Amino acid sequence: MVGKTIKTLLAGAAALALMAGSASAADIIGLITKTNNNPYFVKMKEGAEAKAKELGVTLQSFAGKFDGDNDSQVDAIESLIAAGAKGFMIVPSDSSAIVPAVKKARDNGLFVIVLDTPLDPIDAADATFATDNFKAGELIGQWANKTMGDKAKDARIAFLDLAANQPTVDYLRDQGFMKGFGIDIKDPKHYGDEDDKRIVGHDVTAGAEEGGRTAMENLLQKDPSINLVYTINEPSAAGGYEALKAAGKTKDVLVVSIDGGCPGVTNVKDGKIGATSQQYPLLMASMGLEAIETFIKTGKKPANTPGLNFFDTGAVLVTDKPVEGVPSISVDEGLKKCWG
Amino acid sequence: MSDQQRHPTGPAEFEKGIANAAVDVASFEEDAKSPLDRLQHFLHSYPTSIPFIVLLIGFAAFSLYVGPRFYSPFNLGLVVQQVTVIAILGVAQTLVILTAGIDLSVGAIMILSHVVMGKLAIDAGLPVPIAFTLGLLTGLVCGAVNGALITFLELPPFIATLGTWNVFAALNLWYSNSQTIRPDDLETKAPFLRMMGWPLSFGGRDILTLGAVLMIAVAIVIWYVLNRTAFGRHILATGDDAEAARLAGIRTKAALFAVYTICGLICAVAGWALIGRVGAVSPNSSQTANLDSITAVVIGGTSLFGGRGSIVGTLVGAVIVGLFSSGIKLAGLDVLWQVFAVGCLIIVAVAIDQWIRKVSA
Repeated sequence: MVGKTIKTLLAGAAALALMAGSASAADIIGLITKTNNNPYFVKMKEGAEAKAKELGVTLQSFAGKFDGDNDSQVDAIESLIAAGAKGFMIVPSDSSAIVPAVKKARDNGLFVIVLDTPLDPIDAADATFATDNFKAGELIGQWANKTMGDKAKDARIAFLDLAANQPTVDYLRDQGFMKGFGIDIKDPKHYGDEDDKRIVGHDVTAGAEEGGRTAMENLLQKDPSINLVYTINEPSAAGGYEALKAAGKTKDVLVVSIDGGCPGVTNVKDGKIGATSQQYPLLMASMGLEAIETFIKTGKKPANTPGLNFFDTGAVLVTDKPVEGVPSISVDEGLKKCWG
Repeated sequence: MSDQQRHPTGPAEFEKGIANAAVDVASFEEDAKSPLDRLQHFLHSYPTSIPFIVLLIGFAAFSLYVGPRFYSPFNLGLVVQQVTVIAILGVAQTLVILTAGIDLSVGAIMILSHVVMGKLAIDAGLPVPIAFTLGLLTGLVCGAVNGALITFLELPPFIATLGTWNVFAALNLWYSNSQTIRPDDLETKAPFLRMMGWPLSFGGRDILTLGAVLMIAVAIVIWYVLNRTAFGRHILATGDDAEAARLAGIRTKAALFAVYTICGLICAVAGWALIGRVGAVSPNSSQTANLDSITAVVIGGTSLFGGRGSIVGTLVGAVIVGLFSSGIKLAGLDVLWQVFAVGCLIIVAVAIDQWIRKVSA
């Protein structure tokens, strides 16, 4: 009975403290990424650290052990609740599985901003700051279609995708590319159900060089006349290029990718990749942190980009061979803004 | 010899029930035998032939279903290229599993060693032979750490290498800063590190790479050690029954320590093959290599209980996985069925192995 009273009092005090909402130097804000072993997330952490210093808040960073490691992220959220954090940013490894933990955090008064990969459902978080992955795919699809010109209707397309379970980022980029290129995508939440004759096939790469090479070899074996390759990210594109090189096909095959990391943009410069959609992880993290701080201070929530249900931090096409009707920046500009 | 000759007074009471069945299987009369019986008998005599039979069945089935795209020399060469790294790791893993141990850290040792080679050669600008040697040494030291934990601290291999797997993986991320070393840098500054990716042509087409030669060379050396040297027999004896081996005067601890150390060194050699394969040095490569190597060993017919198995079987085991993956992809099936098939292969391989031994026991 007494315990209960004390609990109620404490909860009340906590609620009051939240309502008062004055940001002090000791505000704890969390950042939870998928892994520590991807330059993209390393960059994100750097962006958040720099912003935290500037705003005078304490940043606590967490990461999963591997891509898809939901358990570590749940642990991280629980630690943040226990530490009395005011809010956190998270790049979910599993868009649906993390939702209950996020709900628990919000019930405890934490402000939650999702970065990069939207939750499923997207409104399970207070706000989402992400690249429109579908649009990023669309850009390279449109660019590839325009670059091929008349040959686009007889294109032979290979898809180097991410993983067999088709996570959000995987199907959004893939289907975006298809739509941009002019392929009927059927179910937009799933790839592999299309019946366009130009599709040679899909294979998975785990988003790394080694997987990219094996996948490209297998698809070339399926159809040696492949002349266009969509890749989920630049490491898989680099691996795919090695396979094309071994098969002596680098001249007649166009490779497109997404991410905009420095090694990837350098590969665009070298002509190994025709074009890539660049995204801005540093920006995502620093804007996210600013939004949490604003909420703590004023209670104001960030607004979504008009026409979207999240805040779009932008994806820009990087290529030295621009085409009519698809906005892009040069490789040199891309190199200035790249990460990793 | 027949049952009657062994027991002139007729079979004992308790043997009457099995008088017919067992004699049929074990007799050597050539006429009254069905092909199945003969196959069974053959498997009793040569248990390591099982992976070969699985390989042939898989090859025949996919060849019929997919056609020349699958069984062309070019595609078979690709399969070999794709499994080279795992096969070399598998050879290292076979050594360990023959001692009834297991090494969960082989993939992590490989990645760490190949990052050391790449970073020292490209970022630190050391002469390539020195960078390469230090990379091999890294593997050797990692293996020795495993060996020391298992022999001197007497930790169970599963636990010790589970721990070192994490330690080596973390060291790799810290040392590499998760940065990939680009192919162009390797091409210009350290072509030797990429050597295992150089193509071998047959009939005007690049069918294989030097990596395949490396794989065969490693397998031959280890096969020779196991089958033709006293040290090899010590390893097998230790794996079969460590206590008996010790009483027979074998220094089992030294043998175990050596096995884990050699395993680490072979992992570093696999790292060299990996650079050739990928063309770059990527600290995020081969996340599943630890378990893939065990898969190859198991499908290759080596017993997890130690003392029984073969290096050749492991090579075949690795090729089986590659062949099924290739066939399933060329047949246009979803990738998840490849995962499914590998799971089934593991179970079937071990089940056949158990069944054969039951029948022959």
